[in-house]
Amino acid sequence: MRRGGLRRLARRKSTVAFLLTLPLIVLIAALVIYPAFYSIYLSMLNKTLERLVGLDNFRFLFTRDTFWMVVKQSCIFAITAVLFKALIGFCVAHFVHNVPAKGQRKWRGMLLIPWVIPPAMSTLGWFWLFDPSYSAFNWLFVRIGLPAVTWLGDPLWARFSVILVNVWYGAPFFLIMYLAALKSVPEQLYEAAAIDGANWWQKIWYVTLPMMRNIIAITVLFSLIVTFANFDIVRILTAGGPIDQTHVFATWAFLQGIEGGDLALGASVSLFMFPILAVAAIFILRDINRRGNEAS
Amino acid sequence: MSRRPFTRRRFLGTTAAASAATIGFPYIRTSHAAGSLALGFWDHWVPGANDTLTKLCQDWGKKEKVDVKIDYITSQGNKNMLTITAESQARSGHDILAHPAWYALTYARQLEPLDDVMNPLIKQYGKVATAAEFLCKSGGKWIAVPAVTGTQVKPPCARLDLFKQHAGIDILSMYPVNKAPTKEADNWTWETMVVAAEKLKKAGSPIGLGIGQTTDSIDWVGAMFHSFGADLVDAKGHANVKTDAVKQVLDYSKRLVAAMPPDVFAWDDASNNKYLISGQGSMIMNPPSAYAVAKRDNPKVAAQCYTFEMPKGVKGRYAPFLPFLWALWGFSKNKSAGKSLLAHLLQRENVEKLVNASIGYDIPSFESMRDFKVWQQVEPPQGAVYHYPPRGTEEAWMACAPAPASIAQQMYTQSIMTKMIAKYTQGGEPMDKVLGWAASELEGYQRS
Repeated sequence: MRRGGLRRLARRKSTVAFLLTLPLIVLIAALVIYPAFYSIYLSMLNKTLERLVGLDNFRFLFTRDTFWMVVKQSCIFAITAVLFKALIGFCVAHFVHNVPAKGQRKWRGMLLIPWVIPPAMSTLGWFWLFDPSYSAFNWLFVRIGLPAVTWLGDPLWARFSVILVNVWYGAPFFLIMYLAALKSVPEQLYEAAAIDGANWWQKIWYVTLPMMRNIIAITVLFSLIVTFANFDIVRILTAGGPIDQTHVFATWAFLQGIEGGDLALGASVSLFMFPILAVAAIFILRDINRRGNEAS
Repeated sequence: MSRRPFTRRRFLGTTAAASAATIGFPYIRTSHAAGSLALGFWDHWVPGANDTLTKLCQDWGKKEKVDVKIDYITSQGNKNMLTITAESQARSGHDILAHPAWYALTYARQLEPLDDVMNPLIKQYGKVATAAEFLCKSGGKWIAVPAVTGTQVKPPCARLDLFKQHAGIDILSMYPVNKAPTKEADNWTWETMVVAAEKLKKAGSPIGLGIGQTTDSIDWVGAMFHSFGADLVDAKGHANVKTDAVKQVLDYSKRLVAAMPPDVFAWDDASNNKYLISGQGSMIMNPPSAYAVAKRDNPKVAAQCYTFEMPKGVKGRYAPFLPFLWALWGFSKNKSAGKSLLAHLLQRENVEKLVNASIGYDIPSFESMRDFKVWQQVEPPQGAVYHYPPRGTEEAWMACAPAPASIAQQMYTQSIMTKMIAKYTQGGEPMDKVLGWAASELEGYQRS
């Protein structure tokens, strides 16, 4: 009787599915959920981690000018970088899409290189290009009669540099996602549009973009999360300097928590990303759901 | 083979009975093995320096029947800081860990008091550098011992030829080869340095002192602030930002910045080394590692590089000091063996072996140990690093001291002093605004 019950349970598809996904669930619980709750716990402790202080760490952060500067910079960094990555990815995806199928694989492979190199390594390469004293760019500038630029020493140029490297690294991800989306747009739609007399721009606006809306939204959301939480590029290029003008949440949290020995405050800074990203995710995913419902 | 734990009773019993000579070996070895010790030391820049430390520990382990396991933890990417934080949270890991400057004080509550190691050593070898004592003591107790490996000062390393030719300064007449400084060294002040810097810039070989956010920058700026009497926070934790001394040091910095390359605000700890080695720079402030690399990569430059004391300010002459400390976790299962090993490593003959292995890079915190031969032997030029260790006419100084550790660590990691200079000079912000910003930051650091 008991054996029969077990057999029935094992035969149920949902049970099998659950058992198959169990290792992953355990892995996520151990590596994501536990650390997430632990960091919430840390953020509610005092500096010496001896007593609970509730939301005092967040209250303290709200009184610090540097914290608000970091919030502003993180937003500028993430939004600007994602915007350019999306734009460049969209344009290049179109070029690659129009390359004859025979040579397309080569182009796809080459354009993906920045994305597959470990970012810490490629950022070191950029660091040498921007090097305060021996910048390769400056070497070139001086030879063509332009003044040398203090890439990482001037706040504005330093911001430009970290965004540039992030765009260079992340644009191939957009490219590959958009290319996949472009390939799934039915050719008949373009033919119908051509019969209706649509020009190139109108085809993009009325056919390509609407068909790619969901993939654009998801790609932007995904990239926004990753860019917002970026650490390596800023850490290697500027370490947040000069005068804190390039810090983002992750680098400032590291500075406070690990280097500054204030783990509780570091955890609070890193958790502050969560509500910002949650709001962005809710808006973007709601839009996708709405369109999904309209389509069905 | 039976195993007997290395007990506190065993450690204390033998130390009491032992004479000064037994300080390094403060318990009587028996035929029983005495457990194991896991050690996390700083991974030295100088090739081969780790090997000497390994040998010293292993020889001690063999003699005392302690199984010694050593990990060398790099400070690249702050891996050592991450390890300390992780072990403090997990309450497990190494028994002895190398802590950079402020870390022992930050984790003082979790560290084993080491008075029984340090007090006999002080009796034997005399005074420890004030800055090292400041970082190793909490509540009147030693909670760490000053490490040999990695402890450094960052005095000027200048080009003898360029200083003589363009600034008219004969460094050797102030700091003669392998001899104590002469009377002329009294004229080596911050004012002399900035005038020389202006001349050297005109000649196309500016001096280069980083004003970024890494240790090389923070350390020399900290020593400069202190020698102007511009301590931002006193020992009781009171902020003293809006003082004449602070205003003077900021005004002075304006002149100095104008005489240096414009990118010093973006320099990291490698930038100044590269600047000197390239032959472009006439002076940096650094341990002799830059000189050692110059010997390999640009021997002509190295042959003119001479290390000597910091310029003097109204409050004195201070060498930028950056020590490592060895601390024993409170959760260690073999504390007595740990203490015994620390006492062993700080014996003069062992310290000398470690300093020799680092080619003079490491600075002993016991002032009586600054007479090792290695500093006379490194050349060219003759006496290149003889004046590297502070010897009485100059005092080692930890940037941000004498502020209480919890505030000082924030001041240090947030590099408040270099940012003040950057805001006032590069940022062009008015003095009052810069001082107001610093006061507000310091108020934030006082959070408990």
